[in-house]
Amino acid sequence: MEALNQYTALLKKEFLLESRQQHTLYGVMLYIASTVFVIYLTIDSPDADTWNSLFWITQLFICINAVAKSFLQEARGRMLYYYSITSPVVFILSKLSYNVLLMLAMNLVNLLLYSAFMGNPTESFLQFLFIGLLGSMGLGLVFTMLAAIASKAMQQASLMAILGFPLIIPQLLLLVRLSKTAFSEVFRDGVPQQLVLLLVSLDILIVFLAVILYPFLWKD
Amino acid sequence: MPVEQNKGSFNALQYIHAMRLTWWKITAIVLLVYAVIGGLLLPVPELSQLGETIRNLYYHVCMWFAMMILFTISIAQSIKYLRTGLIEHDIKASSYAGVGTYLGLLGYATGAIWASFTWADPNNPAFASFGSIMREPKLIGAAIALLIYGAYFILRSSITDMDQRARVSAVYNIFAYAMLFPSIWIIPRLLPSLHPGQEGNPALNFNDIDARMRMVFYPAVIGWAFLGIWIATLKIRHKILLEQKWFAHEK
Repeated sequence: MEALNQYTALLKKEFLLESRQQHTLYGVMLYIASTVFVIYLTIDSPDADTWNSLFWITQLFICINAVAKSFLQEARGRMLYYYSITSPVVFILSKLSYNVLLMLAMNLVNLLLYSAFMGNPTESFLQFLFIGLLGSMGLGLVFTMLAAIASKAMQQASLMAILGFPLIIPQLLLLVRLSKTAFSEVFRDGVPQQLVLLLVSLDILIVFLAVILYPFLWKD
Repeated sequence: MPVEQNKGSFNALQYIHAMRLTWWKITAIVLLVYAVIGGLLLPVPELSQLGETIRNLYYHVCMWFAMMILFTISIAQSIKYLRTGLIEHDIKASSYAGVGTYLGLLGYATGAIWASFTWADPNNPAFASFGSIMREPKLIGAAIALLIYGAYFILRSSITDMDQRARVSAVYNIFAYAMLFPSIWIIPRLLPSLHPGQEGNPALNFNDIDARMRMVFYPAVIGWAFLGIWIATLKIRHKILLEQKWFAHEK
């Protein structure tokens, strides 16, 4: 019960920080807008496949930028304060949940801008929306853990990309493949459900690993 | 302090004694001599597409097996480090990962030679089909593994504090390895492949390999893995000596 209280308090703190330091949130949104605008200028009207893969790559870079700050903004002194008032498991769970929520929101912004600038080649927009949310969740989870690792080293932001890209390849491939259902590509029966199940179980694995491993990172 | 050298009285027996040749090192030597000689001379099935290049199985596939064995040992050492906090386990984890990466590069090299004989169309120069070869699921899996360990070494070098480096890199090692396994399992099922062993793991299935080849293949795997471990233990001893020297210097 106490853990639950701590969890909600920490989550509330994240939202409060976000509302007080709005420049970071607007910074990420501007990052999305300028990325999409650059893509729009360099490629006229992409076909569905190109649109799909560009969307996921943009989403990956947004994720690195949005999630990286979650540990970078925590100063050493503040980490020491958390250390004295809460447990590592509660702390990492609050970070994971907050970053997942943030990535879900950023996914919507990204999708909106993509549709506005480059049209919407999807057959079933709702399906793509669902897949997008599922994928953003996975990206948010993986990169939260990597941000926690990278925050212990120098050159954190670039290190996060190096550490994360090899790990994210399977998820990205799964997502790009799965997204094709929304572009009316025909799949064998049960294959899309299988892919969704795989993605969800990967997410569960990541949360599991984060809960086990984060306590070791926590001690300074 | 001058090191006493004892010149002139060198003989093979002393040398073997000095090297501390234990049973598994002798096994490694015997098996590898057998794998090289037997691998080149013993009969193999005649397949028109592969020809004599089939003998590369004893070297190419073994590199990947040995690499995975060494990475697994590295993980075990990382877990041990997190449990005990002894820096010795961290040294072991990084050395095994280093030798594993080296074997992975050798696996790539032997695979590239093999692919240039079997996959590349004679009407196409090999480089023209490079793009399609790199999309092979098995190659992607191997590339991910090597990228992960590349990142592991970059992470290590970017942390100066010894204990923190050991702890953070152990966490990344375990996290990455746990993510690598699902990906090795998932990717082959997503992409089409020319590579043998489409369903499941190549060469582990008994029906995949001819009986004559198994006679050389399994000993070769064990031999290469032992050789990798041997190299790693030398690196570990070297690093531990360096640490000791450093601490002696500090005092």
